[in-house]
Amino acid sequence: MKYIINKHPLAIRWFHWLNFPLLAVMIWSGLLIYWAYDPYAIKMFGATVIKFFPEWFYQKYHIKRRLAEGMAFHFVFMWLFAVNGFLYVLYTIISGEWRHLLPQKHSWRDAWLVLLHDLHVRKTVPPHNKYNAAQRIAYTAVVVMGLGSLLTGLAIYKPVQFNWLTFICGGYRTARLIHFVLTIGYCLFFIIHIVQVALAGWQNFISMIRGFEVKDRAAVESVTAKGGSDER
Amino acid sequence: MSDKPEMQSSPNTELYDAKKVSRRTFISSLTFVAGATLAYWGWDALYDAAKEPTGATAGARKPLRRVLNANGELFENNVSAEQLSRTYPKAMAVKRPRVNGDVGITDKELAGWKLKVAKSVSETFEFTLDEIKKLPKTEFAFEFKCVEGWSQVSHWGGVKFSDFVRHYGLHEQAKMQYVGLRTPDEKYYVGIDMPSAMHPQTLLCYEVSGQPLSPDHGAPLRLIIPTKYGIKNLKRIGTLFFSNERPPDYWAERGYDYFSGL
Repeated sequence: MKYIINKHPLAIRWFHWLNFPLLAVMIWSGLLIYWAYDPYAIKMFGATVIKFFPEWFYQKYHIKRRLAEGMAFHFVFMWLFAVNGFLYVLYTIISGEWRHLLPQKHSWRDAWLVLLHDLHVRKTVPPHNKYNAAQRIAYTAVVVMGLGSLLTGLAIYKPVQFNWLTFICGGYRTARLIHFVLTIGYCLFFIIHIVQVALAGWQNFISMIRGFEVKDRAAVESVTAKGGSDER
Repeated sequence: MSDKPEMQSSPNTELYDAKKVSRRTFISSLTFVAGATLAYWGWDALYDAAKEPTGATAGARKPLRRVLNANGELFENNVSAEQLSRTYPKAMAVKRPRVNGDVGITDKELAGWKLKVAKSVSETFEFTLDEIKKLPKTEFAFEFKCVEGWSQVSHWGGVKFSDFVRHYGLHEQAKMQYVGLRTPDEKYYVGIDMPSAMHPQTLLCYEVSGQPLSPDHGAPLRLIIPTKYGIKNLKRIGTLFFSNERPPDYWAERGYDYFSGL
């Protein structure tokens, strides 16, 4: 027997798909700004391993000499990005969805088991409900990162009017570095997210658009049986 | 629901209904594709939007400039004399602050320089550097911030613009909304909102690192305004005037934010 399992509420699907182009515009316009002063690099033993960013990268994506344009887009889309993120968090609180998303006491241990399973080291699927422990940590972390981007962003956007915030962020230069590192973090998140979604299959992907999955009874029971105490 | 015990534990589970599935899939997929198309069109329209008409600002896409101006107003209303750019001990300042631009100061002739202050359309006053230096001196080190993204702690000395206004009785002028400044050759020019101009850290500056300004730092007199990006810190002030309209601004005409406040 088959069942419809409602997975993602409509609001969350909207927030998710709106965030994707908004964050993309923020990252792109951020690159236009970063180019004007681009000192960051990863160095090991005195040699530059990765330079942010190599000349070919700037060339390929037409990043150069577009500072004013980058600032214009960045300081317009920041509002949309912030509002979308704020409403998403507000929604998860009011709807109770946060119960599926926040890490729990055992999430940190379980996330390790998820990793071992994903890497095919361990065969058994760790217990999970809507999201597994690694997902809970990742989806919460990315929201915290978003808040971090807004705060460090404000700290470098208005470092005099919000000088206390700039101070908390470790100063103007440190705030700019954190703002940059968080952006690299989103890119890494994006890559892992895409790989995981591809591996999870069509049902999982389409549920982010239509909200539900179609599963047979055996699968439903196996999920609910493993749901454990965080069922709901 | 009691006859379907397997559903009690899962309130999000419904019995399979092919019609329901295809209807919900159709509606949400259609919404998704329509939304994506709309977003693509919207982005295209914004990216190709006409540039603003040339005024005090220019070079930015019209809809973006509207928001930038709103941002400017929002933060301009927040400028207060209590909010200071953090100051540092003089020892922390770099010995040779970076020189980043020479627009408006390529003319080598400095002899006979005087600061021209347009009190009104018909009345212009002139001040020599010695006259300005007689006013109380203010000096401090702060983190100078370039719009490009770099910053440097540097040490500057001069006369507070607000002291200058008070000493020379420019109270009526200071009630206007903007101060305009331009270099003697009129090639570089900035407009400053009055709250930022009257901020206690805004200097008519004649010293850097404890020495008289060098020509490339804007000798003999420049603007130091720590509450704004370097682009507003005009070097070699020729003329200073007051206005209720936004005065011309070199970088605002090249797509940057008019307020450019920090």
